[in-house]
Amino acid sequence: MFEVLSDVIQYYMQNFSYISQEFFRHFLMAAYGVLFAAIVAIPLGITIARFGRLSNWGIQLANIIQTIPHLAMLSIFMIAMGLGANTVVVALFFYSILPIVKNTYTGIVNVDQVLLDSGKAMGMTKGQLLRMVEIPLALSVIMAGLRNALVIAIGIVAIGAFFGAGGLGDIIIRGTNVTDGTAIILAGAIPTALMAIITDLIMGTLEKLLHPVKSVKDDKENVDHAAPA
Amino acid sequence: MLKFENVSKIYSGNHYAVQNLSFEVEKGEFIVFIGPSGCGKTTTMKMINRLIDPTEGVISIDDKDSNLQDTVQLRRDIGYVIQQIGLFPHMTIQENVTLVPRLLKWSKEKRKERAKELLKLVDMGEEYLTRYPNELSGGQQQRIGVLRALAADPPLILMDEPFGALDPITRDTLQGEFKDLQQRLGKTIVFVTHDMDEALKLADRMLILKDGKLVQIGTPDEILTEPANEFVEEFIGKERLIQMRANVETVEHMMNKHPVTIHESASLSVAIQVMREKRVDSLLVTDSEGYLKGYVDIEMIESNRNNNKTIADIHLTKIHTVHKKARLRDSISRILKLGASYVPVVDDDMRLLGILTRATLVDVVYDSIWGHEDPGKEDQIAATVEESVL
Ligand SMILES: Nc1ncnc2c1ncn2[C@@H]1O[C@H](COP(=O)(O)OP(=O)(O)OP(=O)(O)O)[C@@H](O)[C@H]1O
Ligand SMILES: [Mg+2]
Repeated sequence: MFEVLSDVIQYYMQNFSYISQEFFRHFLMAAYGVLFAAIVAIPLGITIARFGRLSNWGIQLANIIQTIPHLAMLSIFMIAMGLGANTVVVALFFYSILPIVKNTYTGIVNVDQVLLDSGKAMGMTKGQLLRMVEIPLALSVIMAGLRNALVIAIGIVAIGAFFGAGGLGDIIIRGTNVTDGTAIILAGAIPTALMAIITDLIMGTLEKLLHPVKSVKDDKENVDHAAPA
Repeated sequence: MLKFENVSKIYSGNHYAVQNLSFEVEKGEFIVFIGPSGCGKTTTMKMINRLIDPTEGVISIDDKDSNLQDTVQLRRDIGYVIQQIGLFPHMTIQENVTLVPRLLKWSKEKRKERAKELLKLVDMGEEYLTRYPNELSGGQQQRIGVLRALAADPPLILMDEPFGALDPITRDTLQGEFKDLQQRLGKTIVFVTHDMDEALKLADRMLILKDGKLVQIGTPDEILTEPANEFVEEFIGKERLIQMRANVETVEHMMNKHPVTIHESASLSVAIQVMREKRVDSLLVTDSEGYLKGYVDIEMIESNRNNNKTIADIHLTKIHTVHKKARLRDSISRILKLGASYVPVVDDDMRLLGILTRATLVDVVYDSIWGHEDPGKEDQIAATVEESVL
């Protein structure tokens, strides 16, 4: 056990620049996939929320996409696009659409009707209502969708190495290709897991910050305590 | 200011939520819509700022058909207090209060100034500007909801049960504050409630709805004195009717309809016989058509006893009278002030209809005490009577 660990540490020391390079590559692929998906999925989610009738088959379709196994999906895109990072990013794009559309839809639909009436009665245009009320109130739910998508994407990118995309999965494959490669496999797997966990934490915090029901009480209390009564 | 002409709203099929509604609201008037649940109050109100479009009829504001106006602009010119308060949880109090000014593109400084000014109106300090709605008590939120409607200084404000979710004490304070505010600022208010006490307290005029139809429109006094039908009576409540009697009842309803009278051609000896029979010390004098001529009392007869005169021959003393439509409360205080034991009640032509005696006053006070269980209200009546004594 200790032997393996010291091997891992040794591997890190010898290949630091290689690993950090793959780490970034890995993260960027996941992030691009989710980012492109978000650009399409957020407006899509809003549209579906606006026109209630679309919601059923829109989400159904996204659900179907989601059920395709990762390997199968990646293979399909490989056939169409060949090997490389682009294939993985495109596959991620499709996987990420569902959680983002779903959450955007849920977030927008769940905005309290009272607040919508309230905004309308004050003379907001449809655009203003969306910008000033619906999106701000749905933002934390949308953020939860992005978080979900990004964590899944980090996992999928690890498989992407089989399709010539590089990333931390590359290191794992190297480990499987040599005899007694446990240390190398771990050297790839540990940062992958860490990346997923840290991303989840950061996005979770962001989600909380974006929660619409604001209160300055928490910081205020500290100030109050500090100030002489 | 605001005019409804044969306005109807049909939601689906042939069910009228509001049917053939016509009325007019003056500038600066406080009008209250009241009626049982589902009678169409909210629907009527929402048609004013076109959150709901009428199926038939015309609603005009300042003589302009609201249907022909741009809805967004129209709504920015009408304040609206939504029933459930509806403050935006992601905006500070300042942002909430000055939302309409922001939509109207006021400068930042002007908006901040306005927010401060508004908070002062309801005695809330500037420290609230940076807080969020969920850090305020229910009553404070309700105030902010009202301020938000006032922010851009609209001439017309719609309020849908704005004090609905408050405890009675806060509610009472806010009602008072608001009525005050409305009078000071000269706003036209359309107010929805199903609380009769609230309506009576705030309304200049009340509009009573039932099943989407207008049942009665009038001042609280008019509605209390002359309920249009049994529905209105029941809706007001018997107890409240009795309790309000002293305030709004006319003399005609409470007078004694059988005053002791004597014809002017009767002789003095007949007069004294009548007095003795009826155990009274004075008589009201009428002619053959029932017109009041004056009154005679025992002293006047005494001083003329030796002559064989009729009542018409002696000089009759002038007597104060009250009109049958006069308010009971005013009349009572008049009796008390004059020190008279009764006042004759007459119609437009001075025909004698009845009298108002101190005993009538006893009846009124009795009704207000025993006819109603709410001890707070008794005190009020007692207090008004005492005031009149002074
Ligand atoms: N969107 C709608 N679709 C169909 N019917 C409706 C709709 N909104 C209201 N109604 C019906 O119209 C009638 C009047 O409703 P409205 O909301 O105006 O009543 P209300 O007097 O405000 O009642 P409450 O005191 O309970 O608020 C009711 O019978 C209601 O069921
Ligand atoms: Mg209502």
